[in-house]
Amino acid sequence: MAIIVVEVMLKPEILDPQGVAVGAALPRLGFTFAKSVRQGKRFEIEVEGTPTAAQMADIEKAAATLLANPVIETYVVKVQA
Amino acid sequence: MALDTVALATNNPDTPQPFAELGLKSDEYARIKEILGRRPTSSELAMYSVMWSEHCSYKSSKVHLKQFGDKAVKSDALLVGIGENAGVVDVGQGYAVTFKVESHNHPSFIEPYQGAATGVGGIVRDILTMGARPIAVMDPLRFGPADAPDTRRVLPGVIAGVGGYGNCLGLPNIGGEVVFDETYLGNPLVNALCVGVMKHSDIKLAKAAGAGNLVVLYGAKTGGDGIGGVSVLASETFEATGPAKRPAVQVGDPFVEKVLIECSLEIFAEDLVVGIQDLGGAGLSCATSELASGGSGGMKVELDRVPLRDATLSPEEILMSESQERMCAIVEPSKIDRFLEICKKWDVTVTVIGEVTDGDRLEITWHGEIIVDVPPRTVAHEGPVYSRPLAEPAYIARVNAEVINPVIPQTAQEIKDAILMMAATPNLADKSWVTNQYDRYVQGNTVQSQPDDSGMVRIDEKTHLGVAVATDANANWSYLNPYEGAKLALAEASRNIATAGAIPLAVTNCLNFGSPEDPGVMWQFAETVRGLADGCLEMGLPVTGGNVSFYNQTGGVAILPTPVIGVLGVIDDVRTRTPMSFDRAGLELYLIGASDENLSGSEWAYLHGMRGGQAPTADLQREMRLIKLLVKGRTENIFTAAHDLSQGGLTASLTEMVLRYNVGARITLANPGITLLVETPGRVVVAVEASKSAMLKEAAGDIPLTYLGTTGGDSLIINDVEISLTELRTAHTSTFQKLFG
Repeated sequence: MAIIVVEVMLKPEILDPQGVAVGAALPRLGFTFAKSVRQGKRFEIEVEGTPTAAQMADIEKAAATLLANPVIETYVVKVQA
Repeated sequence: MALDTVALATNNPDTPQPFAELGLKSDEYARIKEILGRRPTSSELAMYSVMWSEHCSYKSSKVHLKQFGDKAVKSDALLVGIGENAGVVDVGQGYAVTFKVESHNHPSFIEPYQGAATGVGGIVRDILTMGARPIAVMDPLRFGPADAPDTRRVLPGVIAGVGGYGNCLGLPNIGGEVVFDETYLGNPLVNALCVGVMKHSDIKLAKAAGAGNLVVLYGAKTGGDGIGGVSVLASETFEATGPAKRPAVQVGDPFVEKVLIECSLEIFAEDLVVGIQDLGGAGLSCATSELASGGSGGMKVELDRVPLRDATLSPEEILMSESQERMCAIVEPSKIDRFLEICKKWDVTVTVIGEVTDGDRLEITWHGEIIVDVPPRTVAHEGPVYSRPLAEPAYIARVNAEVINPVIPQTAQEIKDAILMMAATPNLADKSWVTNQYDRYVQGNTVQSQPDDSGMVRIDEKTHLGVAVATDANANWSYLNPYEGAKLALAEASRNIATAGAIPLAVTNCLNFGSPEDPGVMWQFAETVRGLADGCLEMGLPVTGGNVSFYNQTGGVAILPTPVIGVLGVIDDVRTRTPMSFDRAGLELYLIGASDENLSGSEWAYLHGMRGGQAPTADLQREMRLIKLLVKGRTENIFTAAHDLSQGGLTASLTEMVLRYNVGARITLANPGITLLVETPGRVVVAVEASKSAMLKEAAGDIPLTYLGTTGGDSLIINDVEISLTELRTAHTSTFQKLFG
């Protein structure tokens, strides 16, 4: 069994209102370390056995169609043993 | 890329510049050189390129739009006319109302959610800029065929974007349209309208007057949004070092906008600004040049002071960025401390970026070096003007000659099937699936919203003064005859205001067309503007402003000419409005207005694959008599209900009426098949108490009146056809659920 991880982030030049809100909340709670915050999302997809090349290609396709919006987001697909 | 300064531009006159990539024609580039007496710097080129774009300069439409001024009616109600961010009309009791509709078509196709959302955000800022509190929004939308795969991508995103942004702002969405047609596939129309209210004394204008006054930028920080295609960064030199790709899509943050609204209104209330402008298309280039141009002309801006979200932005990018939720104000030095204090209270980023000077040049510096030195009028108002060639397209004669004779239902079963088919067809089906995603009642002043003929909001809680707004376009008629089509849309929107008993007062428009470089499209546009200007003159309604959206086409196929006409009306007491339907049995139903048998441009013809024939001729005198009757019907308390007939004709209106409060009707028609389906303009169905039918007949005068039947029961009965309300409701309400649910 393997877990395929898809991480989705807004493209760096796109405004990230949620990240900005978190960034503004940190110092209010006394955490002063952050210069800026960007928030993304992470999918963990469980598959049977070691994913084949065809499965990986399918997952890439799914990431581009459903998990991420390539107009404003980037994504990375990784396999976690 | 090295900084390109005015000094460099003067010394290196022959440096090649990417004007064509920025969308400028070579003669336009030559004209910039002539204005400046040298080549523009890259920053100046950036400014001219965005400000001289079709979107900002109206270069193809200006020569036609002039008619709105030339044929303008003298209206005492008009307080601010065309040219400002939005027109303002007097609605009595010291109140003024501003409203405007704009397009956000192209961004919504690329990224439906954000495109639609920032469309709402942009129009709301336009209204705010006039000094008004935004009180309601509306969205006329058009998509490709309802069952097309791309519509399944675009429509849900657009609806969610409109709802997401508007709901977060706490603005009720009080109506609009959802229309489907093949020509909008690949080119959806997302138009957004906003209404705002203020006191007369609160009107603000976009002008930078008074040397020494400060130029203040406040709101969100500037990022690389919306630069995309028209960017100097597309030049190779920059690509090598800068961020890979700037998106043409802007992402909005409605919560920042909400704070910006409240912050701005507090600033206005304390009278702290001399002039104000929102940052929309063309961003700072537009705001600075328009403010300077609206004043005496002189302004100095230190561009490096602009707070950035992305420190790598070049000056050209900062000038062109369309980052959302930003405003630019002109503030007297004595008032700046209070201005900053209010911004601080609302946690709004604010920076003084420059000052008004007594010269006549807009001068922009970057770390002390002059990168822009231009006469602002040449950027903002004196762009190129084209009298583009126009010619009646060949299709007109062909389609006008077609005989439109779709099969007319005859037997009881055929008529029943036709009524159910019309009730369920996407263009006429119940739109609750869409409008339930919008907050219609927030703020507690919504009196009417979808499915009523118009949206209506109360603006004074003591006197119950209210305004009504309706938007309409009949692209099928505009396709057959753009001149009549524009007049007919104006008539329909006005009628939709009047059915509730409100009085039409002013007009705004969003003219959606294909490429102006196609003489046929240009002809459609010219005819539309001529029709609208003539119509407004005849009806005595001032055009308060509007928006033109060209290049709505996929390949060689342009969209249907789609002039969306918005009409605003006033009602002195919203509690006395005439509802769109009846809630009890025993009332008499009448059809006001004459019907003919022309099915050209009708939904029935469209469903039978026919798009031809002759559009009806708009009879605005008749429409005005009808409007008078509708208003009288309210003030003299004659009507219990009144509902407009438009797309889908009598069958659509009866379906909507009986389903509204679940009260049926028994109707007798001499010639039911055709009578149910024609869309003859200038007609309304009214319900009256039997005791008031004499009053109705007297009030109607020469206007034809046809007795239809009575209300009551739990079915819609037309001659020998009976459809239970349950069956009718299922047909009417399941379409959107099935398609998009």
